[in-house]
Amino acid sequence: MTTFETFAGTPKTAIQKRPVRLPSLSRDAVLPYLLPALLVVVWQVGSATGWISDRIMPSPTAVLRAFWETASSGALANDIAVSGARALAGLLVGGSIGFLLGLANGVSKLSEQLTDTTLQMLRTIPHLALIPLVILWFGIGEEAKLFLTSLGVLFPIYLNTYHGVRNVDRDLLEMGRIYGMSGWTLFRKVIFPGALPSIFVGLRYGLGIMWLTLIVSESIAASSGIGHMANNAREFMMTDVVVLALLIYAGLGKLADVVARALERRALAWNPVYQTQKEV
Amino acid sequence: MLIAPYQHPLAFIAPLETELDPPATRATVPQSEARHETPAQPQPVALRLRNVEKRFGDNRVLRGIDLDLEAGQFLAIVGKSGCGKSTLLRLLTGLDTPTDGHIGFLDGDGREMTSNARIVFQEPRLLPWFDAADNVAVGLGPTTSKVVARQLAEAALGDVQLAEKAGEWPSKLSGGQRQRVSLARALVSRPGLLALDEPLGALDALTRISMQKLLSRVWRELGATAVLVTHDVAEAVHLADRVIVLEEGRITLDLPVPQPHPRRHGDPELAKLEGRLLAAILGEA
Ligand SMILES: Nc1ncnc2c1ncn2[C@@H]1O[C@H](COP(=O)(O)OP(=O)(O)OP(=O)(O)O)[C@@H](O)[C@H]1O
Ligand SMILES: [Mg+2]
Repeated sequence: MTTFETFAGTPKTAIQKRPVRLPSLSRDAVLPYLLPALLVVVWQVGSATGWISDRIMPSPTAVLRAFWETASSGALANDIAVSGARALAGLLVGGSIGFLLGLANGVSKLSEQLTDTTLQMLRTIPHLALIPLVILWFGIGEEAKLFLTSLGVLFPIYLNTYHGVRNVDRDLLEMGRIYGMSGWTLFRKVIFPGALPSIFVGLRYGLGIMWLTLIVSESIAASSGIGHMANNAREFMMTDVVVLALLIYAGLGKLADVVARALERRALAWNPVYQTQKEV
Repeated sequence: MLIAPYQHPLAFIAPLETELDPPATRATVPQSEARHETPAQPQPVALRLRNVEKRFGDNRVLRGIDLDLEAGQFLAIVGKSGCGKSTLLRLLTGLDTPTDGHIGFLDGDGREMTSNARIVFQEPRLLPWFDAADNVAVGLGPTTSKVVARQLAEAALGDVQLAEKAGEWPSKLSGGQRQRVSLARALVSRPGLLALDEPLGALDALTRISMQKLLSRVWRELGATAVLVTHDVAEAVHLADRVIVLEEGRITLDLPVPQPHPRRHGDPELAKLEGRLLAAILGEA
C-alpha cells in the first residue's frame, strides 16, 4: 500500500518541479542519440579510470585525436572519397543490373523463364565466398571490389523489384488497360509506381550489403580506402585508427540510409504510411 | 496461341492482346470553356444483342441473350449473385467478346460503330500515386495533352461536386468521394455508353441515396446510354427506364419503368414495381 502511494506520488511532484518543458520536436530529435551519447560517456570514463585497457579499446579522445591527425594530413578525406566512389560505383552497376532484371522478369514471362531460376541459384552463394576466386581473376585492383559490391547489391534489388512488379494490383492493371494504357504508359503510370515501395525496400537492403562487402573486400585487398586504413593500422597496433575506421563506416552507412529514406519519403508521398509520419 | 497451363500474372498486359477498342478519341483538345458553354454531347449508343452466348470452358454463363436498348436509355440489370451480370456488362462495353451471337453498337442512324463505353467498378480502382484530378485525367486516355487533361478533369470533378478535392490523394478521400472520382473518370471523356457494375455496392445507405441522386442527374446531363448492374432492386427501379432480371444466363423478366425523371424516393408506383421485381427474382411470381 505504502509503496504504491509513494510510487503514485512521485511523478506528480516531478512534473510540478520540472521548470521548463522541452518542446516536443527537439525531444524527438534528441532521444535517438541519447543512448549512443551515454555509451560514449561510459566508454570515456572506463578508459580514463583504466577499467578498459588501451590495448583493447582506445578512449574516445584517442579516437578523436586519430581523427584529427588523419584528417589534417588529408589522408582521411582521400580514403573516404575512394571508399565512397567504390560504394557508389558498385551500387550503380549492381543496382541497375538488378533493377533491370527485376523489371524484365516481372513484366515478361519469357525473360522470367530464361533467367529467374539461374538468378535464384546464384543468389544462394554467399558472394563473399568468391573472394579468393575474384582475387585470382582480377588481382587486388578496383575491378575486384567493383565486382563484389555489384554482386552483393544486385540480388536484394533484383528480388524486390521483381516482387514489386509481380504484385502490382491487378485491378489497377485492368483499369489501366481499359482506359487505353499499354506498353510504356502502363509501365510509367501503373506498374512502376506500384512496384516502387518494394524497390525501395530492396535499395535500403542493398545499401547495407554494399557497405558490408566494401569493408570486407577493402580490408582483404586494397591499397587505399577506409578498409585499407583500418587494416594498415592493425599492423601497427593503432587501435584508435581501427576504431575510427569503424565509426566512419557507421557514419557513411547511416548517411546512405538517411538519403534513401528521404528519397523514399519524397517518392512515396502518396502512401498513407508516409503521410502519417509527416503529420506526427 | 498455345494453351499454357501456367498463367503469368501479367501475361494480359502484353501489348499484342488488344481485343479492346482504343480509348474514346473524342478527347482531342476541346476548349474547356467552350465545353461549358456548349457541352459537346456524346453520341449515345444503341445496343442490339442477338443470341449472345458466353462460355468459360464448360460453364455456359450467358445462354442466348436477345436485347435491344435505345440510345440514351437507362437499363438496370438485376439478378442473383453469379447469374452473369458482370459478364454481360463486360460484353456490352466491349471489354470481352461473346463466344457466340452478335453485339451491335449503333449510332443515331442505326449504323454500327465502335463502342465508346466507360465502366465504373464496385471498387473505385484509383491510382494511389495520382491525385484526384490526375486520376480523372486517366479517363481521357494517353493522347490528350497534360494541361488540357487537367482542365477537363477538374471540370469533371466539379460535375460530381468534388472540385475542391482535385489535389487530394485518394487515400485522403472517403469511400463515397473515391467512387465519385471514379465516376468522374468515366464521364470525363463523355462516353456514349456508361456501364456501372455495382458502383454503390460498397457504400453505406445514406451515401448510396445521395450517390443515386448524383448518378441520375449526371446521366441526364450527359445524355448517354447507361447500363447499371445492381443487387439493390429499389436502386434499379429508382434509376432505370427499364429493368431486366437475369437468371441462369437468360433474361427472365423485362420490366419498363415509365415514371419520369427525376424520381422521388418512396414513390408508391415505384414501390409496386419493386415488389414485382423482387417476387420475380425470388421465384414467387
Ligand atoms: N474470367 C472468367 N473465367 C471463368 N469463369 C468466369 C469468368 N468470369 C466469370 N466467370 C463465371 O461466370 C459466372 C458469372 O459471373 P459474373 O461475375 O458475371 O456474376 P455476377 O452476376 O456479376 O455475380 P455477382 O453479383 O456476385 O457479381 C460465374 O459462375 C463465374 O464463375
Ligand atoms: Mg458481378
